Amino acid sequence: MEQVDKLAVQAVEEIREAAGLADLDHLRVRYLGKKGVLTALLKELGRLPPEERPKAGQEVNAAKQRLSTLIEERQAELARAEVARKLREERVDVSLPGRRPAVGGLHPVTQTIDRIEAFFAGMGYAIAEGPEVEDDFHNFEALNIPEEHPARAMHDTFYFDAHRVLRTHTSPVQIRTMEQQKPPLRIIAPGRVYRCDSDLTHSPMFHQVEGLYVDSGVTFADLRGVLSSFLQSFFEREDLQTRFRPSYFPFTEPSAEVDIQCVHCAGAGCRVCKQTGWLEVMGCGMVHPNVFAHVGIDSERFTGFAFGLGVERMAMLRFGVNDLRLFFENDVRFIEQFARAG
Amino acid sequence: MRISMEWLREWVSVEESAERLGHRLTMAGLELDAIEAAAPAFSGVRVGLVLAVEPHPNADRLRVCQVDAGTGETLNIVCGAPNAVAGMRAPVACLGAVLPGDFRIKRSKLRGVESRGMLCSAVELGLAESSEGLMELPADAPVGADLREWLGLDDAILEVDLTPNRADCLGMLGVAREAGALLERPVSGPVIEPVPAAVESAVEVRVTDMEACPVYAARVIEGLDPGAHTPLWIRERLRRCGLRPLHPVVDVTNYVMLELGQPMHAFAADAVGPVLTVRFGGADDRLRLLNGSEIEPGPADLLIAGQGGPLALAGIMGGEQSAVGAGTTRIVLESAHFSPQALAGRARAHGLHTDASHRFERGVDPTIALYAMERATAMILQIAGGTAGPVVHAGTLPAAHADAPIGLRRERIARVLGVALAPNEVERILTGLGCRVTAVEDGWQVRPLRARFDLVCEEDLIEELARVHGYERLPQTLPHATAPVSSAAQDAIGHRKRELADMGFHEVISFSFIGTDWAGAFYPEVQGLALANPISSELAVMRPGLWPGLVRTAAHNVARQRGDLRLFEHGLRFVPDASGLRQESRLAGLLCGRAEPEHWQAARRSVDFFDAKGVVESLCAQTAGTLRFVPAVHPALHDGQSAQVLLDGQGIGWVGALHPSLRERFDVPEIFLFELDAAVVSEGRVPTFKDLSAFPAIRRDVALVIDEDVPAGEMLAAVAELGLPILQETRLFDVYRGQGLEENEKSIALGLILRAFDRTLGEGDVDSVTKAVVDQLSARFGAKPRY
Repeated sequence: MEQVDKLAVQAVEEIREAAGLADLDHLRVRYLGKKGVLTALLKELGRLPPEERPKAGQEVNAAKQRLSTLIEERQAELARAEVARKLREERVDVSLPGRRPAVGGLHPVTQTIDRIEAFFAGMGYAIAEGPEVEDDFHNFEALNIPEEHPARAMHDTFYFDAHRVLRTHTSPVQIRTMEQQKPPLRIIAPGRVYRCDSDLTHSPMFHQVEGLYVDSGVTFADLRGVLSSFLQSFFEREDLQTRFRPSYFPFTEPSAEVDIQCVHCAGAGCRVCKQTGWLEVMGCGMVHPNVFAHVGIDSERFTGFAFGLGVERMAMLRFGVNDLRLFFENDVRFIEQFARAG
Repeated sequence: MRISMEWLREWVSVEESAERLGHRLTMAGLELDAIEAAAPAFSGVRVGLVLAVEPHPNADRLRVCQVDAGTGETLNIVCGAPNAVAGMRAPVACLGAVLPGDFRIKRSKLRGVESRGMLCSAVELGLAESSEGLMELPADAPVGADLREWLGLDDAILEVDLTPNRADCLGMLGVAREAGALLERPVSGPVIEPVPAAVESAVEVRVTDMEACPVYAARVIEGLDPGAHTPLWIRERLRRCGLRPLHPVVDVTNYVMLELGQPMHAFAADAVGPVLTVRFGGADDRLRLLNGSEIEPGPADLLIAGQGGPLALAGIMGGEQSAVGAGTTRIVLESAHFSPQALAGRARAHGLHTDASHRFERGVDPTIALYAMERATAMILQIAGGTAGPVVHAGTLPAAHADAPIGLRRERIARVLGVALAPNEVERILTGLGCRVTAVEDGWQVRPLRARFDLVCEEDLIEELARVHGYERLPQTLPHATAPVSSAAQDAIGHRKRELADMGFHEVISFSFIGTDWAGAFYPEVQGLALANPISSELAVMRPGLWPGLVRTAAHNVARQRGDLRLFEHGLRFVPDASGLRQESRLAGLLCGRAEPEHWQAARRSVDFFDAKGVVESLCAQTAGTLRFVPAVHPALHDGQSAQVLLDGQGIGWVGALHPSLRERFDVPEIFLFELDAAVVSEGRVPTFKDLSAFPAIRRDVALVIDEDVPAGEMLAAVAELGLPILQETRLFDVYRGQGLEENEKSIALGLILRAFDRTLGEGDVDSVTKAVVDQLSARFGAKPRY
């Protein structure tokens, strides 16, 4: 059966050189198909002498088997090449810019308020609000600041007429809350406040957060505990030093200013803390009995504490912002820096 | 308040450094602002005696002085000062001395004459802001003494910020009392002896309102030496406390004010006449003040008047006509108590703020007026000679301590502070602060000094205890909460704000007051609430809406090459109406520039009405009602691109393009705006679960030709009205105008999404729904199916 060997050699050569899947199929038909060359050889076996037939048949079948395997292998090889080609063709430049959705964000003042609210909400404080155009009674009178009190001069008030002002602090929300609810109560009141003052370090509008806790048995020690925890949480420093300094607010007695260890120099003294190592961040105190009297709460039965803080100041310290006015210019180059802040 | 350590040490023994004392005061509520040196650094300056002065051979303006500076040799010093004269004593900077500004004195030649040192003016030593020649030292200044030592210039000045309740510390007396209480040391001031009358000269004193002026004392002093000078030690103390020396009499009244906290005044006696009246202003009163301003005192202004009319605004400022001046030899000295109530706000009403008004408004020790009078008299007589008449006064001085005691309960101290204080600590602190303390069964009866206007109730005393004991020594605890936890939904608007941020919007915060021009342009129909005292015309009216702030912000950013903007703001708008003023929470947004961020593959598309509307739809998706957009005219919006937003028929806001004329006026590009009632959009809705269908959906698209004027929204509403149960959704996916249609026609393509819950839909279902939709739209709007 020299003929078989010759054919097989030729077929192997052709399969190896098949350029594509179509060529290969063509070869399969030519050699192995019903009318293929090897099939024809099998049919011719009948002409051989009977004793030679089994051997010849085996040889042809073996050749068929071999070619079939070779074709399959070549087929797989070509398929792989085809995939590789496709992958090569569909390749992208991964360094090209991605298609990003537009990114927005909350104003750093809002983020700061959110952060403060989150702490106090966790302690069970409810959020309260009040009007910004406020009457003299709620902004001053009920807070133990009678007309012509020297403390009024500290407030640089915007007014509309004899009775209406832009609230100079969020403290009137204390009064409005206590007018409507009876103790025990605890609230936090964030919002815009206004002072008739505008320069490098003063904005005619800024934000405060007011807090109030009234219950039987609330003490100055509680006030210190709550605010120290809050400041440590806000600045994410468990070892943050705080100190309470006596101060004066007509609506609290005793009153205190709260200082934190300077977050820039860790208390060593720097430009930000004016070399004192401390930064004043909050005012607070025990609710004055006169304030309770104005809202009909019995100060013999209940005690309470109140506190207030400037949001922009906290935001400046947390984010390292060095100019108050940036908060209200709303330059996108400024606000987008905080778009993904936590 | 400026506190000289040297002066304070005269009253109370302070061994602590200025820093240490400053810290103690700060932690007791008298906040230290700064510590200043009494003089800048300099060295090598001695008291010199000018022995001779001769003209300089080569310079008209210079002179050559022979000076004894106690160095054992006579120094040859060239000097340009006009007041250099033989026999005077003046500071000499010797060779090697270093003056302020690191100026080293070396041997030098001035126009050919050797100079071995420098005679100094007060300015050159940093002791004054101006001077007219050498600093004259008194005749008893020891020649050769180190000037710093001799003048006590190594003194430190504590600059302390006083809160309005601590007027008692506006004088050395009060500061010393405070320091004594804090340091637990005794306090003793200078001994002040009454000065008996040596002449009978006096003025009569009349006070019309003893509540406004409980005490008024006057004393005539005559025969003053018009050439008298204020001694250097007084000038130094005034300077260190921030006052300039003016005239011996005025310097003394200022000194006594700084020492005792009692503001005083001196009148030139000739301008006074025989009677001084303390009264309120009347119709014809006119007064020219010391600062030159002319006022017309009103019935709220307390005045000191002489026979010729008003002489002074009581407790605020004297008049020019009765001012003590260079030639004055006869004065009427005033020491009075004016009540804080009588003076409250009066200085401010006249645009004034003086050392006297600052003190009287906050409260001057009402018991000290006569004491101050004797102190000032003695000092004036010592400096300027003369003789004093008797002290004439109306009203009587109250006792040093309040009559009515304040009850202080042991139990209350613990209830407020959270800790009990030892009884002896309580008594020690209150006594140290000058209170009379009597122990009673449940605590103490306390009578504070009248000088302490701020000690009125039990809490005031508790604060005194806490601050002198030290806040930092009190415990810290967390409250045992019993207050109920609020069940109200909190921060609902926060969800919408974060949603906007996720849609690419930046939150801005703009001022709640806007310019009158902006308010008028955007809201011509609203009479905005105007501030009585605006900072500027740009911040004058409370905003009737949030768009001006957003548009202004856009203009700011566009001018900085940031024109692709999505901004929002949340805040109040202020709309006056018949019932008063509505302060309503609003959520507003602005879009301009590109619809999507610039990208190498994306085609540029600018934002349009539907971007803005889509945001509004998204913000309202959680609301429970039916949302509709109806064309409506708003003065700030483009007539053809504006819609009122209705929720169940109620107006909740607006969306539209900024009116082209406003665009032009405020120089901004095309802008789209929306504003919504924040309360409405922040209403949440708890979703109620609905079953999912197990059967497939079928979509059938239909295109309908319809009159141009029919709003698409009405077509969709008409389809919805059919209430077909298997019509799950109707999607408007194409609007076509042009070829194949008439001029006034458009084609609207609707995708009908059908699905049933109980079966797979067949062709019959689809056909019947499609027919129902087409029939409804044909009947309602004359729509024709387009094939």
